[in-house]
Amino acid sequence: MSQPVLDVSDVDKNFGGLRALSNINLQIKQGTTHAIIGPNGAGKSTLLNVCIGRLPPDRGAVIFNSDVITGRQPHEINQMGVVRVFQTPAIFPDLSVKQNVMLPAFAKRDGAFRLNMMQAVADQRQLESEAEHWLEDVGLLSHQHQLVGSLSRGDKRRLELAMGLIQKPRLLLLDEPTAGMSRHDTNTTIELLKKIKLRGMTEVIIEHDMHVVFSLADRISVLAQGQIIAEGTPEEIRGNPKVQEAYLGGTQV
Amino acid sequence: MTFYKTRKDLLYLAIFALVIVAMPLWLKPFGAGYPDLMQRFMIFGVFAIGFNILFGMTGYLSFGHAAFLGAGSYAAVWSFKLLSLNPIPALLFAMVVGGVFAALVGVVSLRRSGIYFSILTLAFAQMSYSLAYSVLMPITHGDSGLQLANTDPRVLDRLFGADGTLPNLFGLSMHGMYGFYFCALILLACFYFSMRLDNSPFGMALRAIKSNQTRMSYTGFNTKPYARTAFIISGMYAGLAGGMLAVTDPLAGAERMQWTASGEVVLMTILGGAGTLLGPFIGAVIIKYFENIFSAFSDAKLNEIFAFLPDGLQDFIVMIVSPFVGEGWHLTLGIMFMLIVIFLPGGIMEGCRRVMKNLRRRSSEHPTRRSQLKPAE
Amino acid sequence: MDWLILQFLNGLDKGGAYALIALGLTLVFGTLGVVNFAHGALFMIGAFCAVVFSRLVRLETVTVDPERLSPWGTPLEVRTPVVELWLGDFGTFLVQYSVPLAILLAIPVMLLIGWAMERGLIRHFYKRTHAEQILVTFGLAIVLQEIVKASFGANAIPVYAPPAVSSSLNLSASLGIGTDIFYPWWRLIYLGSALLIIGLVIAFLQFTTYGMVIRAGMEDRQTVGFLGINIQKRFTVVFGIAAVVAGVAGVLYSPIVSPNYHLGMDFLVLSFVVVVVGGMGSIPGAVLAGFLLGIVESFASMAAVTRVLPAIDQVILYVVAIIVLLTLPRGLMGRKGVMEG
Repeated sequence: MSQPVLDVSDVDKNFGGLRALSNINLQIKQGTTHAIIGPNGAGKSTLLNVCIGRLPPDRGAVIFNSDVITGRQPHEINQMGVVRVFQTPAIFPDLSVKQNVMLPAFAKRDGAFRLNMMQAVADQRQLESEAEHWLEDVGLLSHQHQLVGSLSRGDKRRLELAMGLIQKPRLLLLDEPTAGMSRHDTNTTIELLKKIKLRGMTEVIIEHDMHVVFSLADRISVLAQGQIIAEGTPEEIRGNPKVQEAYLGGTQV
Repeated sequence: MTFYKTRKDLLYLAIFALVIVAMPLWLKPFGAGYPDLMQRFMIFGVFAIGFNILFGMTGYLSFGHAAFLGAGSYAAVWSFKLLSLNPIPALLFAMVVGGVFAALVGVVSLRRSGIYFSILTLAFAQMSYSLAYSVLMPITHGDSGLQLANTDPRVLDRLFGADGTLPNLFGLSMHGMYGFYFCALILLACFYFSMRLDNSPFGMALRAIKSNQTRMSYTGFNTKPYARTAFIISGMYAGLAGGMLAVTDPLAGAERMQWTASGEVVLMTILGGAGTLLGPFIGAVIIKYFENIFSAFSDAKLNEIFAFLPDGLQDFIVMIVSPFVGEGWHLTLGIMFMLIVIFLPGGIMEGCRRVMKNLRRRSSEHPTRRSQLKPAE
Repeated sequence: MDWLILQFLNGLDKGGAYALIALGLTLVFGTLGVVNFAHGALFMIGAFCAVVFSRLVRLETVTVDPERLSPWGTPLEVRTPVVELWLGDFGTFLVQYSVPLAILLAIPVMLLIGWAMERGLIRHFYKRTHAEQILVTFGLAIVLQEIVKASFGANAIPVYAPPAVSSSLNLSASLGIGTDIFYPWWRLIYLGSALLIIGLVIAFLQFTTYGMVIRAGMEDRQTVGFLGINIQKRFTVVFGIAAVVAGVAGVLYSPIVSPNYHLGMDFLVLSFVVVVVGGMGSIPGAVLAGFLLGIVESFASMAAVTRVLPAIDQVILYVVAIIVLLTLPRGLMGRKGVMEG
């Protein structure tokens, strides 16, 4: 078996006296979709924040493609190919839909910083058509010139997704990608994510909607009170009594 | 809004250039068609356009930009004294000094953002202001200000046998109409540069920093160098503007560095519309125009203006108006400042947009109303 | 030894003013989340309350005394303050103690101004960006300053401490040191009052339920709102307290530095430096940093120091602030999460 793309080993994270993550170990293999589920406050978002460098872990390390990424700057981690799609759409309200999508693409073309103020039109068209392509995939092409401040919440989520995808990530971290979407939009998003997965993308997905989880995930980890209490294939998780007690048995099936 | 609508940009620039060049004509009816005032329009236009790159585009509110302006003035006057009365080396020198000074201040200030940044820049400006009156006396000449003297070395002028006592561009005096066109040329160049900057990926990165700095780093940008570059560019604009002030009037004093001067450029930018290309220039023109008019009024002149009114009413109105003009111009400025921030934070450009929108809605409402009426007939 | 004590006391004096202004700034910032650039103007208005009050009690009537002649042979004009005429000895007392008594004028005036500012302006800016808050209060600061300039002129107006305490205290006697150290009484009184005011404010916040809610609001505004407490109303009170503290500080400081219209801005920039050094939103931080920076400034202004490092006294505070901000991004006592970035 090849080496895992993302290797989270022995990660602890405390907030004051509160233990948000304790002794987390997680391996994610190339080309798989790994879902992380768990009740609210289980530490799912904290785990993603540790992975993208937003929070430093108190102990342990995150290794991406055999590089240790803990302690690096967020933009460095992003440039290595770890991309997160945020739960609350964190987009740039002063820019248009298309510009929002192009911005991360510029970062990928130019690196973390480059002074290309007077760059010629040459590869501009290519970037633009790429942005249009991804906007079409998420169904936002007709809105491309609109300022994002005026988008609906569901549209903002889809824009977030397009911003993540245009970066051609090597590892995509999705934080509840379908929250707040209608049934129809959720299904479209699932189809889109399946399509991307076929291209060999590695994905980590946090989700409450079990329909989404079971249609996409190859493996599932269950997080509760900062600990991984179970891990396995969707079938194994479905049949695990411990998980049902902690999570599935609750309100959420 | 897409990138590189180059042709449209050029058209925009051409119209703007036409308006600027024709200024002496269309400003005449307003009593502002004389070169001295128009030069000030150009100079503070450059200052505000540069400030807008930092504040309007990147979202960093600096309260110390006057320090760069002052430094530029000193640099230019020293260039007149030591090298030549030609404004070109003076302006280059002023820009470099403004940029280097901004780079130094930026190293410290840009480590923080938000109000911390504002306070740090304000502290730096106050520090420069008090240093200009003490340790830096040999450079600034303190209270009396830095002036030209006949004993100045002017190495280059001596070398080429150029003479004169005031700054001149190969013999063209920088005081009258030539001075205005010289400044107008610089303004147009600065405007063009800021326009290109705005339309470039770099400009988009700046705007994205303004709206969400942390998110930027999760898209792979290192935001600090972008902010630093914007700060240095706007420092160079400020230095250039300071240099231009020295070109039109070869004198530099520390009062140009005071916090009120920093506040003035903030006001110009928000009055016109922070973040827009044209807004800051419009704001600069309006403020300098009204400063010129308002501060010239005295009570006697007011009495003259309101002489057509009955005596009691005349006295009353003069009494009400007089605190706001002449010496009281700053009071008007402060009130204007507050009104703009409260009611029109987007500035004049935003106001124009709103008016346009309303007009368009009204004209588009018309046909719909008619179509609604039809079924009733 | 003597110079040490003297510089120390000088520093405490200056520090008292910094601490009192910074206290209000940080209180308003911590609870209301508003950066108030007009806070210095409140200090300046306080100082002018002293000017107004002492002018009021010194309003004079001119009577001609035919008995006495001036050197030019005309009857002598006798100027007596009206209050002395009306109230006799009590009037004289009013005239002499005009500065401390001006506090009685300053408190209602500052409360009124604070109330009007919060209700009329600041309230509408809670939800707006910090940049807009800075800009609008900056505009207000200019307006207030220009109004004062228009009504009182551009020159500083001297105000005098009560004659009973206008002399100096010989510290050497009370401290048992051989050399003579003279220190003006008024400055000692001022220092004591500053400490008293700081103590009162902290006690109010610490020991009353009202203060408890305010402190809770500084920790977490949203939660306090959820508890069903009308935090808006308390904000007005907080703003009023901050205004009164700044105003009283202005009154007390007026005999030390003659009030002029730009007094507010002079102190504001330095007070911001103090707040930033102490940690934005931290009251003990502001007080500590205020006194600390006052002392640092006082020692930096000694001739022995300025000879080695010229003009260091004018920039030392900024230098300290820059060093603190670079090494301790949250200031001396700032909490995590308050205006990070």
